[in-house]
Amino acid sequence: MSVVTVDRPLETIEEKKPEVADRLVIFAWSGELDKLWPTMILATTGAAMGKETTVFFTFWGLFPLVKNQVRITGENWMQKMMSMMNRGGDEHLKLSKMNFGGAGPAMMMHLAKEHHVASPHELMEIAKEMGVHLIPCQMTMDMLGLKQEDLIEGLEPPAGATKALADAQGAITLFI
Amino acid sequence: MSITIARSLDLKGLSCPLPIIKTAKAMKELAPGQLLEAFATDPGSVPDFKAWSQTTGNPLIEFDQVVGVFHFVLKKKES
Repeated sequence: MSVVTVDRPLETIEEKKPEVADRLVIFAWSGELDKLWPTMILATTGAAMGKETTVFFTFWGLFPLVKNQVRITGENWMQKMMSMMNRGGDEHLKLSKMNFGGAGPAMMMHLAKEHHVASPHELMEIAKEMGVHLIPCQMTMDMLGLKQEDLIEGLEPPAGATKALADAQGAITLFI
Repeated sequence: MSITIARSLDLKGLSCPLPIIKTAKAMKELAPGQLLEAFATDPGSVPDFKAWSQTTGNPLIEFDQVVGVFHFVLKKKES
């Protein structure tokens, strides 16, 4: 019988602690109230857990970042039409289910208030305060004709997929 | 031995994620070794406080429950 000798130090075979990612990157693709909500809950919680947290807003996800008082965005009729059909701003979000022409979101906000649940708007403010990086997608802004001044304050400069993926390296990543 | 609580937080009535966010903010202001206590009514805060303590390394040194109110005592970790 042969004896196998192990020349590694013993520590390396000891149980390793699971690695904890110290960063969280969320791709906010959906613009609906019920998708933005968990996005902002997770982003603020990530920051509260000490994680460097980034939310990259792309496609429909950009509409909640439009200022509430801005009605029409875009430069040509197609972009303008798009903003008319899908009004931006976090006070004008729809539900992905049971929207009922806007009655659904109103009921949801009412219930949230009753249960002391912070609204996506409040969570967005908390996220800014906690240093969450809120990055709008440059390409979507160009495609939809959204200008920096159409969007809320406190965002970081628009960026592209490479910046988003570079931030996502070794981080917890979510696509919502 | 008496325990000195440096900060007390009333989180009763608040829902996820506010109890943890307010706690994390308050913990930032403490010096290493200081204690923070929090009172919450959200049952979800029980696993959340335990998980927050584990992932951030700030020990949860006491947890009890009195008529629907959860009481947590966290110790700020030595940095």
